[in-house]
Amino acid sequence: MWYYEKRLEFPVKIKTPDASLAQTIITQLGGPDGELGASMRYLSQRYAMPYNNVCGVLTDIGTEELAHMEIVSAIVHQLTRNLSMKEIKESGFDKYYVDHTTGIWPQSAGGEAFTAKFFQSTGDPITDLTEDLAAEQKARTTYDNLLRLIEDPDVREPIKFLRQRELVHFQRFGESLRIVQDHLDSRNFYAFNPAFDKQESGNNMQNRKGNCGCKS
Amino acid sequence: MRYQKKELLNYINVVSFAVVEANLYLDTHPNDEAAIEYFNNYQRARNQALREYANAFGPLNLDTAVINREFIWADQSWPWQLEG
Repeated sequence: MWYYEKRLEFPVKIKTPDASLAQTIITQLGGPDGELGASMRYLSQRYAMPYNNVCGVLTDIGTEELAHMEIVSAIVHQLTRNLSMKEIKESGFDKYYVDHTTGIWPQSAGGEAFTAKFFQSTGDPITDLTEDLAAEQKARTTYDNLLRLIEDPDVREPIKFLRQRELVHFQRFGESLRIVQDHLDSRNFYAFNPAFDKQESGNNMQNRKGNCGCKS
Repeated sequence: MRYQKKELLNYINVVSFAVVEANLYLDTHPNDEAAIEYFNNYQRARNQALREYANAFGPLNLDTAVINREFIWADQSWPWQLEG
């Protein structure tokens, strides 16, 4: 269940439109390391997570990513206000404009459509959380690359906020991975998948053969 | 009234961010007493400010909406708009 709150997590008030910039920033909506993929990744992975506090991290960060999707969309929307046909042609925005006018559609900076192939939900908590750590760093790199392109402080400030959130989320996912590992056999975290395999009691762990499919 | 519309919205953004940040931290540190106190203080401030905003300028969420003759939730500006 979700309820909407009628405000952005970080305000966006861009005075000067810039269609060329909009085309690069849109990648953090629908690109390979964008906020839509981030949100769908964490919210999808929750169901295979056996530990309630890590379900909390996935739910709460997945929810914050929805708010980030909205911030990126607002930036793109405000950067593409009141464009003349001359500006649309000269900025290269014409290729987006012809399909979407100035509506918001999730794509990468290179024009690739958003796809669920940008993220995984493997049903293995260690694997999923390791992907989540990488995802936060990839998004941070993308924001760093964007910040080198952006001079307007009206655009830089919300992008800097979003970049900072990637670092905090990375930290929380690192703690989540530790929590998952604390539930597992410290000599072999991969002995079984706690979301799938039938687990033997913790103190009997050294005698178990493991369900990993590998030779013990 | 303590705040103008813009100032109160900014205040709500600030205290709400503190709540979000404490929420994520507490997910992985559920017994940190200082963080719990921090969360409780900002949550209280946020809830009070949301009610104040709804009364003075219109609702930011449906829980605090005060609806009389007109359903102002949808009529007022939306946050992605420059004038929002």
